[in-house]
Amino acid sequence: MGLAGLARLHGLFAAYKPPGLKWKHLRDTVELQLLKGLNAGKRPASEHRVRFLLGPMEGSEEKELTLTATSVPTLIDHPLVCGPAFTSLKIGIGHRLDAQASGVLVLGVGRGRSLLTDMYNAHLTKDYTVHGLLGKATDDFCEDGRLVEKTTYDHVTREKLERILALIQGSHQKALVMYSNVDLQTQEAYEMAVSGVMRPTNKSPMLITGIRCLQFAPPEFLLEVRCVHETQKQLRRLVHEIGLELKSTAVCTQVRRTRDGFFTLDDALLRTQWDLPSIQDAIQSAAPRVAAELEKNLRPGLGTQQPSSPGWPWDSEGPSSALGLESHAGH
Amino acid sequence: MEEDRAITVMSQFKGSQIITKNEEDTATLRKMALLAQQIPRWLNSIKLSSSITATQLRKCFPRAGKTLLPGFFAQPQLSSDDCFLRSGFKTYRTSSVWNSSQSTNSSGQEINCAQNTLLPSVNEPSQKSQKIPSFDSELSLEGLDDLPPLSPLQPISEEEAIQIIADPPLPPSSFTLRDYVDHSETLKKLVLLGVDLSKIEKHPDAANLLLRLDFEKDIKQILLFLKDLGIEDNQLGTFLTKNYAIFSEDLENLKTRVAYLLSKNFSKVDIAQMVRNAPFLLSFSVERLDNRLGFFQKELELSVKKVYRLELGFKRNEIQHMITKIPKMLTANKRKVTETFDYVHNVMCVPHHIIVKFPQVFNSRLFKVKERHLFLAYLGRAQYDPAKPNYISLDKLVSVPDEIFCEEMAKASVQDFEKFLKTL
Repeated sequence: MGLAGLARLHGLFAAYKPPGLKWKHLRDTVELQLLKGLNAGKRPASEHRVRFLLGPMEGSEEKELTLTATSVPTLIDHPLVCGPAFTSLKIGIGHRLDAQASGVLVLGVGRGRSLLTDMYNAHLTKDYTVHGLLGKATDDFCEDGRLVEKTTYDHVTREKLERILALIQGSHQKALVMYSNVDLQTQEAYEMAVSGVMRPTNKSPMLITGIRCLQFAPPEFLLEVRCVHETQKQLRRLVHEIGLELKSTAVCTQVRRTRDGFFTLDDALLRTQWDLPSIQDAIQSAAPRVAAELEKNLRPGLGTQQPSSPGWPWDSEGPSSALGLESHAGH
Repeated sequence: MEEDRAITVMSQFKGSQIITKNEEDTATLRKMALLAQQIPRWLNSIKLSSSITATQLRKCFPRAGKTLLPGFFAQPQLSSDDCFLRSGFKTYRTSSVWNSSQSTNSSGQEINCAQNTLLPSVNEPSQKSQKIPSFDSELSLEGLDDLPPLSPLQPISEEEAIQIIADPPLPPSSFTLRDYVDHSETLKKLVLLGVDLSKIEKHPDAANLLLRLDFEKDIKQILLFLKDLGIEDNQLGTFLTKNYAIFSEDLENLKTRVAYLLSKNFSKVDIAQMVRNAPFLLSFSVERLDNRLGFFQKELELSVKKVYRLELGFKRNEIQHMITKIPKMLTANKRKVTETFDYVHNVMCVPHHIIVKFPQVFNSRLFKVKERHLFLAYLGRAQYDPAKPNYISLDKLVSVPDEIFCEEMAKASVQDFEKFLKTL
């Protein structure tokens, strides 16, 4: 391992951040584990140093001196003298997740950090599942925040919820058109809007490209949100505002990112898999996809396609593995 | 005292033939010895202070058909102490000059023979001879400024050429011990014992201390003492890595401290274990040891017991039982312990007496407990009451590895557990 291991450690991979863990601690833990794996590898063979020793020439009768070069083992490269071979690694983070949120977190190692910038500039969308709870309002929109208000929610139906979600999506669609710098009068713009591949080109506020309700079991409801340029706090505020629109109140109990660009839950590594071999394998398997998608996205012009994220499954069939488990958990 | 040592060292190198050059040598030696602080015998060199300049040395050291070693002309680099201090590095102040023994020899066959005996000792410091030449007493201070300077273009014979030693000089100061390890017997032996020099050199004073020590005199005694205490050979390395300062302790003090501990009814085996786990124990003075023992007995137990009794609601004997089983609880972070307890008691609904039976839950990471409990709850198997069926014991909950946990306690596959974790 050692240097050979380091050579395979350049690229992007996704980790699953559990709730309650700060993203910085995750990054530090991953770095420590990688260093442990690299330092456990074999060290290069210890060097020798050449010393010229003065001694009598072999086979001669007189005391004639000559210098003979001998190779003497040296302690310069001994591990107890040098210390570990690797002391730090450069690991970067893609889109951050705050402490209470969980989900797919993209990390870049070594040369992969420049790919992180490319990913950022590609303005890819992210998928979230957001759990909401009707009936109370808190100051930080989370369940354990300071309670501000309690309301009834018997009048809330799924229909009303979906109507509100449609309104939200519509207003965000307008903003999306504005930020994507396309003239809606053209045919390409129309096609892009219809197929849903419009993206903002620069910095923009949070834009929701798609939102729908997966489950509704009052007081709990589950939303799936596809958005770009978001923070988790804004998503929680969204739940709060949905509650207000429904003439009730709501707090957000869980925010989970299921997809970040082209990294899905299946690619994300769990805590037990944060070690050198798994991360190397993850980087290798993700590398071709990453290259293809980034190239597509950075190609100028309207020919840019949405990366191969799962199509928006408006019907209930074809949910991702996470959703399958979700619906099971709901029972 | 130091001067004499300096002269002794220098004269060892000269051998016994340089009677003619005695005066010059001695004068130089005395001059240099005045400025030398300490001469480690393994490093055939002299520690110079800044005031020796190249010209002074050139004047002092006679040449006899030999070129002066490059080390001498490198003197200006030692010109100031400030140049040793490189920003950001902790430097070691062992400035060294390669011995100039060869250059001070006059030509002649007999000198070469002397150097035959000399040079092996120079090149293999492990076999250095300890003999002090008898002419020591004949050295006397006399002026030796009469010789013209040596020219490097003067032709010299083959034998003399061979005997010029032109090894690269040791760096006068460095931020790492790697530069010195090959030339220091002490460091070599320490590495072979298993001491981690890379950790010690992070402390600036430690490395200076180690370089100045002599294995035979200082270190050996202390090592034998530690072995008497009961520390094994392979454990000496880790011990010394943590407590390298023990070499600066007086052997008598160490013996007194061990005697004190013995008097407090700690057995020899106990003391060995204590010293192994807490290497700095022997460096405490007896008063401090006394204070700490007293402190441990009274203060710590009181405050911790209070926390456990008042806040967490454990009874007195329960606390005692938990602490004897897992002494680490005494030093654990209060917030973490409270968090763990809060989760286990309130969310998992485990009553006090069961927690007392399995205090290991306080030792393990909270996220592990949470994840496993949530998985069991999702499967409907979260049963921690020993009276009911399907009981899961708390210690097994935290201590078994994932595969066994999934198979035996959750009766599910590891993939299901992983899928569940990704929904949290």
